[in-house]
Amino acid sequence: MSETRAGTGGLKVLPSDPRQIPGFAAGSVAVRGPAGPEGITPDPGGPLSPESLREIDRLIALYPDRRSALLPALWVAQKEQGFVGVKPMEEIAARIGVSPAFVAGVVSFYTMYQTRPAGKYLVQVCTTLSCYLRGADKLVGHLKRRLGVDVGGTTADGKFTLTTVECLGSCGTAPMLQLNDDFHEKLDPIGKVDALLDSLK
Amino acid sequence: MTEKLLTRNVGVAGSATLAVYEQRGGYQSLKKAVTLPPESVADEVKKSGLRGRGGAGFPTGMKWSFMPKDSPKPRYLIVNADESEPGTFKDRLLMEEDPHLCLEGFIISAHAIRAKTVFVYVRGEFVKPYRMMQAAIDEARAKGYVGRNILGSGVGCEVVMHRGAGAYICGEETALMESLEGKRGYPRLKPPFPAVAGLYGCPTTINNVETLANVPFILERGADWYLTIGREKNTGPKLYCLSGHLKKPGVYEAPLGTQLMTLVNEMGGGLWRGDRKLKAIIPGGASAAVLTSAECADVPMDFDSLAARKTMLGSAGVMVLDDSVCMVRALERLLRFFAHESCGQCTPCRVGVDWIHRIVKRIEAGDGQTGDCETLLDVCDNMVGKTICVFSDAAAMPATSFVNKFRGEFDDHIKQGRCTLPEA
Repeated sequence: MSETRAGTGGLKVLPSDPRQIPGFAAGSVAVRGPAGPEGITPDPGGPLSPESLREIDRLIALYPDRRSALLPALWVAQKEQGFVGVKPMEEIAARIGVSPAFVAGVVSFYTMYQTRPAGKYLVQVCTTLSCYLRGADKLVGHLKRRLGVDVGGTTADGKFTLTTVECLGSCGTAPMLQLNDDFHEKLDPIGKVDALLDSLK
Repeated sequence: MTEKLLTRNVGVAGSATLAVYEQRGGYQSLKKAVTLPPESVADEVKKSGLRGRGGAGFPTGMKWSFMPKDSPKPRYLIVNADESEPGTFKDRLLMEEDPHLCLEGFIISAHAIRAKTVFVYVRGEFVKPYRMMQAAIDEARAKGYVGRNILGSGVGCEVVMHRGAGAYICGEETALMESLEGKRGYPRLKPPFPAVAGLYGCPTTINNVETLANVPFILERGADWYLTIGREKNTGPKLYCLSGHLKKPGVYEAPLGTQLMTLVNEMGGGLWRGDRKLKAIIPGGASAAVLTSAECADVPMDFDSLAARKTMLGSAGVMVLDDSVCMVRALERLLRFFAHESCGQCTPCRVGVDWIHRIVKRIEAGDGQTGDCETLLDVCDNMVGKTICVFSDAAAMPATSFVNKFRGEFDDHIKQGRCTLPEA
């Protein structure tokens, strides 16, 4: 394999730290995210803004059971701060009526919640079969060279974080990547991705 | 069938707006449905033979009939828009291009099962479909198509959009309900089935987006008309998702039972390069058993025909592989997905999927050992039918089919310690 996933590098000798064992970080017990094994320790984060707290209260009112607003509330936190840190987890736990540990358990289950700051632009390249068939690995290789980071890494200027992800439901327009909220599809020839990156401030 | 139904508004300027949708005949079925008793709507759908488009192909009308008649609890309709099966991208198209068709189907269906609330669970990555659906709901509410008293009929229905956060398993209906309740997406033991004790322990029906997008047409033109599309017990139009080595990949609408090679050659434009030959096709998303090119000659793409060929229509994610593809590498890619997405609840799945992935990864890397294929098949045997949900089975199905049908390639990798195919 030419590409490795974040935190699952091809080590031959098992290291003493279990978090470095290939596959460990990809399991359901560890916090996953572009930061790789380091992502297991969430960033402290800061208190949520009054606007975000009001939005969370609005979301809670949409459901018969306030706990249903947990995932939406985590989205609000991530939108405000770029990741879901410890402080917002505690604030959300108090508002929803569950323990902070419960919130942390939920956060760690879902791959899209980041628990540490990522780059301004999160570049997520789909490498599942249909995209692989249409050159996703070449796209990842190109991005690694162009950005000068490995998969899971963030550029020194904090602008880009490069990750690979599983199927994004864009198989007919492969290869593709998700840049923050937006899909960018049919990235063949590879010059298209250069034009995309050049257009970002 | 030449007439497009599900995709009739796709590509039309402003197709996602209420004005264009109404101008093209939209919301007429809803107007009709709210004047009918719920039972009549449900009966019409039952008669149409509509089967679930999410993957299992379960008869929709029968699923609806499991909802208890006399429960005092609230009743819920959940729309499964957690489209995550590799190779599948049809619900995304419907929600982006024709959100009002989806919404009309949701509300009519909610009326049929007497649900007052619809939750639409969209996968977290689908930000655009989420926004398109929310905009459609807001527009429809302003026009009286959504709300406590739809068009003054006394029928009420609220629609709430809910965004997931990246977990394939949440497409499994009980995992989805757990997720919607704000928990980790762990599938529940069944029984009780969702119709008895679903969301918040209340009667719940979960249907796929495409399934419910069929409902307005069934109401508008009747079950007898619908029965003329497709094949016996496999009725109606279907959205096929073509991807991989084709000239024109994309979503195509054709009746259930359309020949696989018709889809590939006529709609998909055939293989992308003239110098390549067809090697294999995965007909129904990553969880479906692979078909060799020889097996593709006569394959009507419907639930029963594919089941008879020991694979499945699934989500109709048709992935086409040409002869440049190393099947060991392709399987490694698929199993990487499953190893990443196992929720970890059940041991046969948590351990098994990771195990078979590591075996195939090792073979692919040239470090395969004699007996690896036997071990893989043995592990797969212990993954089927032994877990809470069918995720484990869904990972074992492609693995066993790849190894059994392309055994020579796996053996060559093990013997020679490398891939014998040239790098594509």
